Amino acid sequence: MNFSNFLYIGQEVRLIILLVILFLYDIFSPKKWGIFFQKIAIIGFAIVTVCNFIPYYAMHGEIFGGIYMTSNLTSFVKNILNVATFLVFLQSNSWLSSKDRILKQSEFYIISLVSLFGMYLMISAGNFMVLYVGIEMASLPLACLIAFDKNKKKSAKAGVKYILISALSSSVMLFGLSFLYGTLESFYFSDIVFNVNKDPLIILGFIFFFSALAFKLSLVPFHLWTADVYEGAPTSITAYLSVVSKGAAVFTLIFVLYKVFGNIEVIWRSILSCLSVVTIIVGNLFAIHQSDIKRFFAFSSISQVGYILLGIIAGTVQGMTATIFYVVVYLFSNLAIFGIISIVEFIENGDTRIKVFNGLYKSNPLLAFVMMVAIFSLGGIPPFAGFFSKFIIFMVAVEQKQYILVFIALLNTVISIYYYLLIVKAMFLEKKEEITFKKYKINIYNWINLTICTVGIFIVGVFSAIYKYIEVLSFGIS
Amino acid sequence: MNILSLFVIVPLLMITALFLCKRINFVRTVMIVGASVLVVLVAVLTIIFFQHSNISNIGMLFLSSTKWYPSLNISYTVGVDGISILMLILSIVIMFTGIFSSWNIENMAREYFIWYCLLLVGVFGFFISIDLFTMVFFYEIALIPMYLLIGLWGSGEKEYSAMKLTLMLMGGSAFLIFGIIGIYYTSGAVTMNILEIAKLYIPIMYQRLFFVATFLGFGILSALFPFHTWSPDGHASAPTAVSMLHAGVLMKLGGYGCFRVAICLLPDAADELSWLFLILTCIGVIYGAFNAVVQTDLKYINAYSSVSHCGLVLFAILMMNKTATIGAFMQMLSHGLMTALFFSLIGSIYTRMHTRDIRKIGGIMKVMPFISVCYVIAGLTSLGLPGLSGFISEMTIFVGSFQHSDLFHRTLTIITCCSIVIAAVYILQMIGKIFYGVLKEKCHIDLIDATWHEKLSAICLITGIVLIGIYPLWPYQMISNGLALLFQNKFD
Repeated sequence: MNFSNFLYIGQEVRLIILLVILFLYDIFSPKKWGIFFQKIAIIGFAIVTVCNFIPYYAMHGEIFGGIYMTSNLTSFVKNILNVATFLVFLQSNSWLSSKDRILKQSEFYIISLVSLFGMYLMISAGNFMVLYVGIEMASLPLACLIAFDKNKKKSAKAGVKYILISALSSSVMLFGLSFLYGTLESFYFSDIVFNVNKDPLIILGFIFFFSALAFKLSLVPFHLWTADVYEGAPTSITAYLSVVSKGAAVFTLIFVLYKVFGNIEVIWRSILSCLSVVTIIVGNLFAIHQSDIKRFFAFSSISQVGYILLGIIAGTVQGMTATIFYVVVYLFSNLAIFGIISIVEFIENGDTRIKVFNGLYKSNPLLAFVMMVAIFSLGGIPPFAGFFSKFIIFMVAVEQKQYILVFIALLNTVISIYYYLLIVKAMFLEKKEEITFKKYKINIYNWINLTICTVGIFIVGVFSAIYKYIEVLSFGIS
Repeated sequence: MNILSLFVIVPLLMITALFLCKRINFVRTVMIVGASVLVVLVAVLTIIFFQHSNISNIGMLFLSSTKWYPSLNISYTVGVDGISILMLILSIVIMFTGIFSSWNIENMAREYFIWYCLLLVGVFGFFISIDLFTMVFFYEIALIPMYLLIGLWGSGEKEYSAMKLTLMLMGGSAFLIFGIIGIYYTSGAVTMNILEIAKLYIPIMYQRLFFVATFLGFGILSALFPFHTWSPDGHASAPTAVSMLHAGVLMKLGGYGCFRVAICLLPDAADELSWLFLILTCIGVIYGAFNAVVQTDLKYINAYSSVSHCGLVLFAILMMNKTATIGAFMQMLSHGLMTALFFSLIGSIYTRMHTRDIRKIGGIMKVMPFISVCYVIAGLTSLGLPGLSGFISEMTIFVGSFQHSDLFHRTLTIITCCSIVIAAVYILQMIGKIFYGVLKEKCHIDLIDATWHEKLSAICLITGIVLIGIYPLWPYQMISNGLALLFQNKFD
């Protein structure tokens, strides 16, 4: 181990440097400099994100004796999370600027960056202990963020719910890990990958371990916390939960399944197939009757994860590529939607019923247009990126002869289009009850967020460059 | 740059231009200029086609392929043969006349035409593509604008019908995506190009599965019997130009797709399972015709007659011989023009009288002679008067399907033939009620006849109908060129 090995963890180092700077600035700066904190945080994080994209070094290697592994693919998925976090920062700006939160601004940025660091650990872990630490590090700060509006009952309740659930899932995970350690006598991925076999104890350990990740992914039947927490949390945090936290869990699941449990592919494939079908169906059916838009998108994101699982089930490199691509597309669509929800919610004094969106097209055509594009992308309608990602996911699943699974998923896209169209209907066809048409004021950060997302939705699918890039990276590690 | 891609690019440019303009006159100018460019394009294409190919010449024109997602063999492949050019001509004629029919739209005209152009992108793209992925891509693009066009500018129970239409067609496309991905993988092809896949053999077990999937997928769009319910509601609620385009072109997309994908790529299963769908289409033809007899709303009458006529298209395609298939495409052409004419005139009548109920309208021949005469011509086409296109197409279909020597096919043919008689009943009954006799409402006496744009659109369509009716050789040549390419040695 020498200094050059530290270059493998360049991303982590840069993130920590930013964290330390923000921390010190928060503590030692004079009080009147506080107004600059947001700008510094956003610009600093933007710089970190851009720096991470610069491919200066082939980052394939391991450090600290194999407990931490990086490759070009892991650094790419970390960059995806970075972009998502950056967009969340942009859209949380106006919400954080209100009077009662201005003092807590620094907490928001620092805590969410710590959580992001935890996700880095999850993704790059080469050892189950590091993985566990990463998961804890990612989820405990999230509980703080969910309860950020702690004088609102719902927010506090959601925070408590989340922390209890994540504590429960961690204990289940540790229990499973103890089984794995007992049978395989090691925590290192590189040691146990060849020894994994169909021993019942190992399978049991795997199932416990997997159910902890399933909590994070909110797969059915581990989804019961999702709707309440999504509804209670501040909208920006909901966006963070639904994209960044979920994305990190998906990536971790892929890497662990492919790297460690490749030998028992048959078993996890059948488990995932069942869960995928149930997740898609339950997510879709429950979304139909929601009247609160945040709960609505909670269920919609549950069903989206069901589609993501299809790519993982394929178990091929192409499947991995498709899954990562799906997450990228999902990121842009979902963040555009939550960006708009946070704008509308902020102006309508925290009202998040779907009714609030009635007649949005008349009052704010551009917002309605972006929302529609994002919704169509989630529903998988061309020419938006969502169509390509869905189609590719189905292709890789059919390649592995998962005909029934794909057929069920396809029928479910029809259901999903029904409820997505309900939102479009509200925006375009319904009339607003009051006649006053408010033209919402939208600050520059929100505009940047929405522009990036919309461009992403249009570009990512039609131009296949990103898919090809992910593909090259995925084939690199196989 | 391929000339075919222009058919997609021009509507996209129109959309961009529409985003920029504000005044209604600019909107109209953009639409007219764009439509004229498309008309010129299709004319050039037709001329090139007739120069390049004598009839026995087999080949796709302007074949070109661009890799999209290379590792998954997804590419953007376009090419046309006689059939696709014919379909392009049809859709451009209807598009052109549709613009004139919706000339006076007031409520959010710009947005209306933006969605209209997006619909055109889907339709044109579908007809020029010969790649499974490209087909589905454009097919789905064409579906979503329908929701907003009907939901925002429609009449009656528009939200219900729009949702019903979109969901049923999306259901169809779900079947379709399942089918085409399956076809691609089981054929073992290294491309999604239809011409390449047609050369390969797919195991019969899979053929059966995917034949049902793809035929249902496209059949729903063509109002296949148990799944036709979206069509009457959707057509009745849609604004005029959208009904025209939908009944005239989008339903043809279904028949065209059934032929290109389900029949040509999966011929063995088609041979085996055609009986099932033949029975369904036969029911559809008769059921639609009988339904049209008892309707009182003009649009519903026409929509049910569309169900009946489009059922005939699928019926002929399933017969799988050359004559019947030529008849099927003739019928697509004829029905497209005729339905567009119907809907355009119904739109004119509705804007004047604010009702489509045939019990409330009567004796308007004296008030609006031009509209009435055109309507009668459309009606006569529908019931198959010689000299107009309806006769040619139905005649070819029935002659073709009677060529099968077995009892089953012949019985079905005879049963479907009855639809002609029923068509005569509902057409003549309707014409008699609303055009002849005494004027029912006194206030209708000072209604004005067709304005110039309505006249223009009606004359264009009638020209087309008569042209096919008295000189059917040119579409015949174009169709048989396409069939020569695709049927090669599989049939006859």
